[in-house]
Amino acid sequence: MTKSGIDLARVREDFPILAEQVRGRCVAYLDNAATTQKPRAVLDALNHYYAHDNANVHRAVHVLAERATRAFEGARGVAQQFVNARDPREIVFVRGATEAVNLVAATFGRTHVTEGDEIVLSVMEHHSNIVPWQMLCTEKRARLVVVPVSDAGELDLAAYERLLSPRTKLVAMTHVSNALGTVTPIARMIELAHARGVPVLVDGAQAAPHVAIDVQALDCDFYVLSGHKVYGPTGIGVLYGKLAHLEAMPPWQGGGDMILSVTFEKTLYNTPPHKFEAGTPDIAGAVGLAAAFRYVTGLGLAHIAAHERDLVEYASRELARVRGLRLIGTAPDKAGVVSFVLDDVHPHDIATIVDQAGVAIRSGHHCAQPLMERFGVAATARASFALYNTRDDVDRLVAAIADVRKVFG
Amino acid sequence: MSELRELYQEVILDHNKNPRNRRAQDSATHKADGYNPLCGDKVTVFLRVEQGVVRDASFVGSGCAISTASASLMTESLRGKSVEEVRALFGRVRSLLTEEVEPDIEALGKLAVFSGVREFPMRVKCASLAWHTLIAAVEGKEGHGSASTE
Repeated sequence: MTKSGIDLARVREDFPILAEQVRGRCVAYLDNAATTQKPRAVLDALNHYYAHDNANVHRAVHVLAERATRAFEGARGVAQQFVNARDPREIVFVRGATEAVNLVAATFGRTHVTEGDEIVLSVMEHHSNIVPWQMLCTEKRARLVVVPVSDAGELDLAAYERLLSPRTKLVAMTHVSNALGTVTPIARMIELAHARGVPVLVDGAQAAPHVAIDVQALDCDFYVLSGHKVYGPTGIGVLYGKLAHLEAMPPWQGGGDMILSVTFEKTLYNTPPHKFEAGTPDIAGAVGLAAAFRYVTGLGLAHIAAHERDLVEYASRELARVRGLRLIGTAPDKAGVVSFVLDDVHPHDIATIVDQAGVAIRSGHHCAQPLMERFGVAATARASFALYNTRDDVDRLVAAIADVRKVFG
Repeated sequence: MSELRELYQEVILDHNKNPRNRRAQDSATHKADGYNPLCGDKVTVFLRVEQGVVRDASFVGSGCAISTASASLMTESLRGKSVEEVRALFGRVRSLLTEEVEPDIEALGKLAVFSGVREFPMRVKCASLAWHTLIAAVEGKEGHGSASTE
C-alpha cells in the first residue's frame, strides 16, 4: 500500500498486460499519456457484452435489444456521474476527444463564429484542439488567438485575460497539457470567459485519468475526453455539452438514430444526445468505458492523483540528476507527465535505447508542434504515468538513460 | 546492448556527431525537402548534377542520430555517380533497410552500417528519409521536389 492509499501490488494484478514480457522483463509502461492499459474489469465487460447482451440499440423489441439498450444507456449514466453532469442527455458518445472537438466545431462553431471573430486557445493545445478550429477559421474568415505559456510551461493567465476581446466567440482550452503535464487554471479561465459571455470548451483528454472532473462546478459549456486514456477501450469517448447548447445546435452527421421521422421532403431530428449519435454507436465500447469509469471511481481519483503526483515528483527529481538532462515543463501544478531532453541526443534515440531495457516512453512532438517551437526543441522524450506505475518503473527509466550515455558517450 | 551496438555503430555515431556535407548549395541543380510527419524530422537534399553525374551532394536538416548519419553517409556516397547509379544505390539501401535478404556489402560500402536498422522497424523511416528525399530531388529534375515518409 502506498501512502496515497493505492494497493499497487493488487492494482497491477488487475492489468494483465503489465505481466507481458518485453525483452525478457515485464514492461515498464510509461507511455500512458498516449494510451493507458486496460484493467481486467474492462476486458471482462467487453467480453460479457458480446457473449451475453449483443444486439443493436434503441429499435428492436426483442430481449437482447433491450439488454443492449440498457447496457448502452446505463453506460451513459455512468459517464454522466463520472463528469458530474446534471442530465444524461448532456452526454454524447463519440469516438474520442478528437471527434468531440470536431463535432462542436462543425455545429456550435459554424453557428456562432463569423468573419472577424476570434477563438482563443493556448500554445499547449494538442493538434486535435487546434486543427478543427483552424479549419473553422479558414471557412469563416475568423482567427485563432493563442495564449502563451511561461518558460516553466505555466499558462499566462494575465495574457489570457487581455486576449479575451469583444470578438472572442469561443475559448477552446486544455485542462492538462499532454506534452508538459501542466494543469491549467481552467476554473478561473471559464469564469473570466463567462464574465464576457464567451462559451468555453475544455479538452479533458489528458485530465480525465488524473483529475476529478465536475462539469457543473466548472460550469464549462463543453468538456471532451477519450475513453482509452482513462483505462477504457479505444474508439469511444465522451462529449459533455450543456443541454441548452445541445438542443440549439444543428445535428452533425445524418443517419439512423438521429432522426424522429424521415420523408424525402423533410426530416425531423431526434433530441440530444441521440441527435448527435447517427448510426449504430460503439455499444461495447461504451460498456467498456463505463467499466473503466467504475474502476477508477472505485480506487478514488484523489488516491490516484496523489500516487501519480508522487511519481511525477520522484521522476522529476531523479531525472534532473542525470547529467545533461533538461526537464521541459516544470509548472508547480502538473499531472502525469515528465518531458525532457538530453544534451544533443535526439529523443528518438533515447526512446529506442530505453526500449531495449523494456521501458516504454514516447518521443516526438506529442502532436503539439507549436509548443515544441515555443520551447525551441524539435521533440522531447516523455514519460507519462498511470495509477499502476511504480517508483521501480522510474528507476528503470533512469538506469536505461545511463545506457544512452554508454552508446552516445 | 548488443542489438543497440548493431544499430548505433561507431560510424553512425561519428556521422551524427560530425555530419559531412551539412550545408546548403547555391549552385544546386536539384533540390528536395523531406519530411517525416510522425516525428517532425526534416531534411533538404541538394545535388549538383553535371552531364548526368553527381558532382556535389549535401543536406541540411535536423533529426535523430540515425537520420542525420544516414543523410551524411548518403551525401558522401553519391559524388561521381551517374543518376542511374544513384537510383540503383537507392534500391540497394531500401532493400538493406527493409528486406530479409543478404545485403550486397561490396556495392553498399560504408552504407552497410545501416544493416542493424532492420531489427528496429520503428526506425526504418529515420534511415530512409534522406534517401526518399534524394530520389524526389532526382525526379524533380531541375526543379524543387518534396518527399514524405508517409
